[in-house]
Amino acid sequence: MSYIDRRNFLKMTAGLAAGAATGDVLAQGKKTGAAPTLNLIPEKGAKLRVLRWKRFVEGDEVAFMAHVKRFSEKFGVEVRVDNEGWPDVGPKAAVAANVGSGPDVIYGWFDDPHQYPEKLLDLSAIGNYLGAKYGGWFPVAETYGKRDGKWIGIPLGAAGATFVHRISHVQAAGFKEFPKDLKGFLELCKAMKAKNTPAGFALGNAVGDGNSWVHWLVWAHGGRMVDEKNNVVINSPETIKALEYAKELYATFVPGTLSWLDPNNNKAFVDGQVSITNNGISVYYSVKTSTDPKVKAMQDDIGHANYPIGPSGKPTELHLFTQAFAFKYSKFPNAAKAFIAFMMEKEQYEPWQQAAIGYITHPLKAYDSNPIWTVDPKHTPYRDCVRNMTQHGYAGKLGYSSAAAMADFIMVNMVAEAASGSKTPKEAAERAEKRAQRYYKV
Amino acid sequence: MSLSRFFDNRNVLGLLFMLPAGALLLVFLTYPLGLGTWLGFTDAKIGRTGQWVGLDNFEYLFGDSVARLSLFNTLFYTVVASVFKFILGLWLALLLNRQLPFKSFVRAVVLLPFIVPTALSAIAFWWIYDTQFSVVSWVLVKMGIIDTYINFLGEPWLARMSTIIANIWRGVPFVAITLLAGLQTISPSLYEAASLDGASEWQKFWYVTLPMLTPIIAVVMTFSVLFTFTDFQLIYVLTRGGPLNSTHLMATLAFQRGIPGGALGEGAALAIAMVPFLLAAILFSYFGLQRRAWQQGGTDK
Repeated sequence: MSYIDRRNFLKMTAGLAAGAATGDVLAQGKKTGAAPTLNLIPEKGAKLRVLRWKRFVEGDEVAFMAHVKRFSEKFGVEVRVDNEGWPDVGPKAAVAANVGSGPDVIYGWFDDPHQYPEKLLDLSAIGNYLGAKYGGWFPVAETYGKRDGKWIGIPLGAAGATFVHRISHVQAAGFKEFPKDLKGFLELCKAMKAKNTPAGFALGNAVGDGNSWVHWLVWAHGGRMVDEKNNVVINSPETIKALEYAKELYATFVPGTLSWLDPNNNKAFVDGQVSITNNGISVYYSVKTSTDPKVKAMQDDIGHANYPIGPSGKPTELHLFTQAFAFKYSKFPNAAKAFIAFMMEKEQYEPWQQAAIGYITHPLKAYDSNPIWTVDPKHTPYRDCVRNMTQHGYAGKLGYSSAAAMADFIMVNMVAEAASGSKTPKEAAERAEKRAQRYYKV
Repeated sequence: MSLSRFFDNRNVLGLLFMLPAGALLLVFLTYPLGLGTWLGFTDAKIGRTGQWVGLDNFEYLFGDSVARLSLFNTLFYTVVASVFKFILGLWLALLLNRQLPFKSFVRAVVLLPFIVPTALSAIAFWWIYDTQFSVVSWVLVKMGIIDTYINFLGEPWLARMSTIIANIWRGVPFVAITLLAGLQTISPSLYEAASLDGASEWQKFWYVTLPMLTPIIAVVMTFSVLFTFTDFQLIYVLTRGGPLNSTHLMATLAFQRGIPGGALGEGAALAIAMVPFLLAAILFSYFGLQRRAWQQGGTDK
């Protein structure tokens, strides 16, 4: 805990009074000069049910389960872990919250905890403790994890994406290095198209890859879905500028991106039909470990670049953000909290991140030094995904509206409509505004 | 004993035996349907019970361009796919009804598309329609007929037609096999009598086969229309409703809004909005195509 406020102090003393039998939170912060500690004692005979998303890379699950086993042995808590396809976790968590029974701990996505904050355990002790111990949270992690100053979710990280590209194709198009600004990026894509090594970004209803790059595109131009008070402001000159840019960019794409779902760009890239796309580290990894010599030969030619930066000068990336939360209905709240904290500790987190080959970028600054990011220089750009990230539903408050607006693909559809020319940028922005207003109406 | 006599009563016994089935229907059919209908009139979100909002959801959906588009898509999808399924299915049934070599083998093969789980065959079609790896495009390019790959799922109208073709492929066997069963119930003596009267093959089909088959057609096509109208898996795998929502059916949009989007009430309202169309289809086949006097050579009053 970074500091002790009055409330926490009361809690602590109450905990002390109640004794260790209730297993309360004991934390000491910087103020006392000692290293931050978190002392959570799981309830006797506690059993936990944990629900998490199904792994993207095998190493993730292997390492995760090994740490679960260590947790069980250390604390004598039996833990059952269920895996679900990643888009199914959100609805399940919501139902659990509503029904008041289900898994004790859920690793969900994005703003899941903000849709039923009153059903969740206060994880402030863990959030503050981890932040103090590991160099602080990246700002976006605090935005997702905290509500009204209280931690309701403990971020695990984000499945980050970069612009995966073929270095030789970029050079052949006359660029020494990957452009860092919007103008340069558009020029690169035009030159790539002329060389018949085009770019391609998903514009179908692709939950991950589609949302990720269109949010970047709109934000980079200064557009945003809502203002700080959740008023819909998507229909703005900045958005129109972004959509005009999208139209020019789309003209340089490989045909068929309107139909692309999440897996399409991976396939097209590995096959050599697309030379720039947005993706997680999985493409590189699949090439690196490929047994097909033709695919493997591509390994050295794959480059990763962070998303170009717009006029604001700040990165505007969106990645699949995942965090753990625990429910008040849990019979073993201390065990649940201890589990969440345990998995975030360096002894567990770093090996896990390594086993997942950097697929998940950390939310805590100290993990920047995890060797996984430097062992292969091609990993390095993924290190900064959470640092560079903005929350969806920016600049409004997270909650039901932000979740629903993204699930309905409003941003994706708007960019797709304008890019493909089926609507003018103005029409597309107006339609997005109307659709968003429905979700953001009070 | 009056109790034993009570249980000997046929009516009481009948009622008693029907109780489990009735309970099952109530719990697994009536209750979910009732709950779904109720939800459609509330603003329920996933994880939050809703308030009664009357027709709000329907009013909103009526004004929502995506929902209107999905209604159009659904009707278009159902009408085109059903017409083709009927024509192709009937044709196939007539062919299979003849003396063919390896008759039972051929009949079994015809059923294959229907047996394969939809999600699997949809994935096969996804590859067939892939913009980068389509085998159809590949063959046509190699043959020199076209020079760029066909954007099967990337152009709104092309995507609509592509999904419809996949649906037809899957639906034809069901129609064909059922109609085949119907064909085999037609007594050969009717055809003999027609032959004696000097009827041509066409006249035999028109005046004997078709009238005798109408009741089966009514049942098959009702089912076929219902399945097509409520199709979900195929679209979900192939396009998720894209490109530009041009293949979103009411069922897929209801799911998108209701579950990942969390707007349970709105999703339910979209789903209930399908019910009148389904009822109309059932009533049409019930009153329009059931056994009538004209099928026996008489005239309807």
